[in-house]
Amino acid sequence: MPIEIRSSSFNPWDEIKLHQQKMEQEMNIEGQYGATASFVGSMRDFNEGEPVQSMTLEHYPGMTEKHLEKICTDARQKWDLIETLVIHRVGDIKISEPIVLVCVWSAHRAEAFDACRFIMEDLKSKAPFWKQESTSDGKRWVDKNTPG
Amino acid sequence: MKITVKYFASLREQMGKAEELLTLSDATPIADVWNNVSGGSSSDSILMAINMEYVKSDTIVKEGDEVAFFPPVTGG
Repeated sequence: MPIEIRSSSFNPWDEIKLHQQKMEQEMNIEGQYGATASFVGSMRDFNEGEPVQSMTLEHYPGMTEKHLEKICTDARQKWDLIETLVIHRVGDIKISEPIVLVCVWSAHRAEAFDACRFIMEDLKSKAPFWKQESTSDGKRWVDKNTPG
Repeated sequence: MKITVKYFASLREQMGKAEELLTLSDATPIADVWNNVSGGSSSDSILMAINMEYVKSDTIVKEGDEVAFFPPVTGG
């Protein structure tokens, strides 16, 4: 159930592949999972109708990890899951770079789809991260999430 | 009793500091700590945590606690 906060860019598809290889080597689950659902959130070049040049993501070290672990534990209590993986960026982020990866493995698709959405929505509304965007007018804190 | 208070994001900038040590005379609801540090500002859009867990405004702060105040979160 890895939770990682990264301060440099990552490739979500490589992360999924690597973690899946690790799972198969260490958890003896080859043939156990029939569904893998993933969500990748990347940085847009616009927000609230204005062009955005770059972004900085701040977090609350310690509480962020603790809360992400709680979200994944809640998901595993709610659904029958084999594994979850959450990676989230902090620091300076460039346009089109991945910000977040949520990946869920389960025996069947319903659990994987539902748990992936649940983890992502809970992360958006409760995990202590804050975005600050740079626009042509200067820096501005993002004060709300866009509707899902 | 002594507590640590942390501020994040836009609230850190408004407060002009990331954290401070406070001495309180007694165990106090976190809402009163907010009133103390903010000079009575509304807490309507402020999230509150003690020892890295979300709490309600009537939760009592105790000796040695790490209290945090921050604006709505915008990750993902």
